Amino acid sequence: MSSDDDHVYLSLAEGHADDARWAFGTGFEDPLHGVDQTLPEGVDAEAHAAFCLALADDALVAAQRLAQWITLAPELEEEVALANIGLDLLGQARLLYARAGQAEGAGRDEDALAYFRDPSEFRNVILAELPNGDFAHSMVKLLLLTSWRLAQLAGLAEHPDPVLAAVARKGVSELTYHRDHAAQWAIRLGDGTEESARRMREALAELWPYRAELYAAAPETRDEVEAVLTQVLGAARLAAPAETPVSMGRGRDGQHTEHLAELLAELQSVARADPEATW
Amino acid sequence: MSAVTALGTRLTAAHAAAAAVRDPELPMLTLADLGVLREVRVDEDGSATAVLTPTYTGCPALAEMRADVAAALRDAGFAEARVETQLSPAWSTDDITAEGRRKLAEAGIAPPGAAPKRAAGPVPLTLGPTRAAVVHCPHCGSADTEETSRFGATACKALRRCRACREPFEQVKEI
Repeated sequence: MSSDDDHVYLSLAEGHADDARWAFGTGFEDPLHGVDQTLPEGVDAEAHAAFCLALADDALVAAQRLAQWITLAPELEEEVALANIGLDLLGQARLLYARAGQAEGAGRDEDALAYFRDPSEFRNVILAELPNGDFAHSMVKLLLLTSWRLAQLAGLAEHPDPVLAAVARKGVSELTYHRDHAAQWAIRLGDGTEESARRMREALAELWPYRAELYAAAPETRDEVEAVLTQVLGAARLAAPAETPVSMGRGRDGQHTEHLAELLAELQSVARADPEATW
Repeated sequence: MSAVTALGTRLTAAHAAAAAVRDPELPMLTLADLGVLREVRVDEDGSATAVLTPTYTGCPALAEMRADVAAALRDAGFAEARVETQLSPAWSTDDITAEGRRKLAEAGIAPPGAAPKRAAGPVPLTLGPTRAAVVHCPHCGSADTEETSRFGATACKALRRCRACREPFEQVKEI
């Protein structure tokens, strides 16, 4: 190890008064630490809190699903990629939870919102919480979710709330990489072997109807997302499934599948085991 | 020494202390090299404030950077040291200094090319091999390199391989 590396690892072991030691898993401070928290005039605090919360829930739940691929992905590089994408989304979730908590003004921080709400209080879209399925399922899901979120965040880049606008602008750069990744896989699998194409067709057939909820939550994204999907499916030599409406809950209203409860039970178990713990 | 000069000297000292802090994940770079140190202020009351911007939204190194900068300012004699976060304008790899790029290459990490320029509105999806910019191998200098994964050991890096010397290497990817 070089002396530079030594410096870093030694510094992790030192005690500091400003105790933000990420390597120890404790002392995570407010991700909006030192950012002006004022909500601009004309932004309705309650509605804004709910809006940021929904965007955060989509990101947190999707990040958790991506993390579930760790140790299971088909190759090491893919595992690293999915973990990175999840980490970006988790970062977005943290900032958005912190912002939602500020706008709400009830003293809830990111941890309170992520760990101490029950499934019915989550506002993520259903697509985010669906189980990973096989790799083709996960890539179709990732393509749908990232195309939609990218369109949504691009539209928020000039939001009157400077904090949300900044999170959105940064998120656009990150999601561009995520969507690229999903699109490349969709093409590789769709235009791949007979077996990979079959799995893609199955995944598409199952997940295609969930677009309806995405467009209901953010109608302005429809044209852009549909154009992207047409482009990717064309390159992947896959046909868009017929539009078959399925009956599903509305995640934005807190109506979820049983899969969310399962996901949250795992995600929240440590924090809830000892809410007062510092470690 | 006049009060103004004294303040100027303290500001220089605060800036030097914060600028010399190393990035926890790319320790060959200082925060100044990386371009995440936006501003350093010194107030009449003797306190110092450094303004940092995150590289990636979820970069876990930001809290570490904050703690290191605060500690560096205290070591430089500022009992009251604050670190603020600035989200906008977002950090881009274009903010990495020429010195930073040189140090990256020296450490075997290919520096980023120019970050993609984005107009407002929808982000176009480009399929197929699009990376027009040539990435040189940091080991042998060959331009004949390929991307093996767009995501590397940290959020900011991609994995590549040199077709000439066959060595794998990391690249700080454009954002």
